[in-house]
Amino acid sequence: MSATEITTATRNASAVAPRGAKPKNPFAPRNIMLYGTLIIFSIYYLLPLYVMLVTSLKGMAEIRVGNVFSPPVEITFQPWVKAWSEACTGINCDGLSRGFWNSVRILIPSLILSVSVAALTGYVLACWRFKGSEIFFGILLLGAFIPYQVLLYPLVIILRELGLFGSLWGLVLVHTVFAMPINVLLFRNYFVALPEELFKAARVDGAGFWGIFFRIVVPMSLPIFVVSGIIQVTGIWNDFLFGVVYTRPENYPMTVQLNNIVNSVQGVKEYNVNMAATLLTGLVPLVVYFFSGRLFVRGIAAGAVKG
Amino acid sequence: MTHSIEIKELKLSFGAVTVLEDLNLQVGQGEFLVLLGSSGCGKSTLLNCIAGLLDITDGEIHIQGRNVTWEEPSQRGIGMVFQSYALYPQMTVEGNLTFGLKNARVPKDEIAKRIARAAEVLQIEPLLKRKPGALSGGQRQRVAIGRALVRDVDVFLFDEPLSNLDAKLRADLRVEIKRLHQTLKNTMIYVTHDQVEAMTLADRIAIMKGGQIMQLAPPSEIYNRPVNKYVAGFIGSPAMNFMEGQLDSTAQRFDTGRGLDFSVQGYEFASAPTSGPVWLGLRPEHIQSGRWAEGQPVQLEALVDMVEPMGSDTQVWAKVNGQDLRFRMDGQEAVAIGDRMPIGFDPARLSLFDKTTEKRL
Repeated sequence: MSATEITTATRNASAVAPRGAKPKNPFAPRNIMLYGTLIIFSIYYLLPLYVMLVTSLKGMAEIRVGNVFSPPVEITFQPWVKAWSEACTGINCDGLSRGFWNSVRILIPSLILSVSVAALTGYVLACWRFKGSEIFFGILLLGAFIPYQVLLYPLVIILRELGLFGSLWGLVLVHTVFAMPINVLLFRNYFVALPEELFKAARVDGAGFWGIFFRIVVPMSLPIFVVSGIIQVTGIWNDFLFGVVYTRPENYPMTVQLNNIVNSVQGVKEYNVNMAATLLTGLVPLVVYFFSGRLFVRGIAAGAVKG
Repeated sequence: MTHSIEIKELKLSFGAVTVLEDLNLQVGQGEFLVLLGSSGCGKSTLLNCIAGLLDITDGEIHIQGRNVTWEEPSQRGIGMVFQSYALYPQMTVEGNLTFGLKNARVPKDEIAKRIARAAEVLQIEPLLKRKPGALSGGQRQRVAIGRALVRDVDVFLFDEPLSNLDAKLRADLRVEIKRLHQTLKNTMIYVTHDQVEAMTLADRIAIMKGGQIMQLAPPSEIYNRPVNKYVAGFIGSPAMNFMEGQLDSTAQRFDTGRGLDFSVQGYEFASAPTSGPVWLGLRPEHIQSGRWAEGQPVQLEALVDMVEPMGSDTQVWAKVNGQDLRFRMDGQEAVAIGDRMPIGFDPARLSLFDKTTEKRL
């Protein structure tokens, strides 16, 4: 056997012998299943969005041709302008902008109030247990299982007695109350998982109820605040039922107004305007998800595992 | 003011469960007291009561002559160090050290002075601007000690401060804590389950079990004259050998009743010598073997059962007339399973406990 033969033999052997990183097969059944499912679900969710986007950018003439999937030949932003500032609901013809600003005026106080009250309640339930605090928490959680419809009318009466019925603050109050069960649960479980010795150390350091909350607990709990914030933004923004029941037409949130635009029966159905209006309405939660999705997942995981 | 800390008839119960009952304790000025016990014995609970982190059910707590029973932890004049360090993760080291001082509205220049002093004592100056997450375990615990230090208090409370560290760091920091105590001369109460920490650090050790203090004494007395069988078995590693048997009517001879008997002449009885059923305790390190057994007042022959070489010394499990006995011998001596070797000990080093009360005789 010559020297060359030996080296070849060794090289061949080393090529076969398992060594180093294990080779990966991109077409393994597992990968096909995984990515296949992901692709199918992506299409399932993205296709309607695509159709909406395309339709909203077409003129009515193009829509009448009937091919919903074809991209617009002539891109027009007219439907968006009309949806935002000209579409009619009843006697008002100033488009969705009115509803948008109503929703903003409902969202901001509801968000601040519900998240802060829930955080504080969770903090008390986790760190300053009192006699019956567990029972209180149980009752609070029960609230999550009561259907809204049952409470609609009693709440109308309560708001009437409080003199808040039909006002924006009445709706803010309703949103805050309904946010409690799930958000208190989130905050409490997150705070319970914080090391107990931190509270002890803070007490030795002379921090009181508020000092511990604002200087120790809140700075450590950004993820759960983001989670609660996202849940509240989307929940309040997408709410239709409370908006239509507890406010007057001049305070209707965007969702109610969207419904009124899309469901108006006079004249031609302007699909492009409807699509544009729907996209505009969905824009806020969409943007929130895009910018905080990662924090959201982290917070959910942290809140869910420990409890 | 003779006592730094005085606890009178302390009682703590959660609902129907009583954790501490009728507990009295006095700690002298500048004393280093270690609360030692296995988990669940109430040692950490007692420390939390002293700190004011737990509301007590009954009794009084005095710190530096002041009745602090109803005071908040921050007003008791204590600093506390926790097992998990409990540093505020979002603050820098400096922020951690100043948090308590800012809460107490200490003037700025005074804060700076105290931080500088604590940083110097603990050698954490280079770490002041860092967050706790960027520190190693030993550094974190140093900062935690610093946080207690800057409070400028008379009493330090340590709640198993070294339990989260690895063995080498633990030994290093143990020495540092001892040095710190020698420099500062503060009163310190230190909770641990580690008997080495307790023996090395303490001026006095309080051994606790079931919410009660079994023995409160200097380390050497705890080691040499344990008041009961529990303390005797708890202190010392490897643990003390115990033999069941009878003391004869003269209280001079011990007999297991299974073929082993020897004289206990020379044993110092705590009270008048009594006969009857007893537990006899003998520390493994007090048994001499091989040629060192010669000249010991009691001499026996052991059959080697098992050998655990540790380098510096060797632990031997042996049988003596049917009685299991563990002893220690020089690590350089050769020994094998099945060997027969002479052993001997001095009855003055024994501990005898009453069979039923398990109290020292």
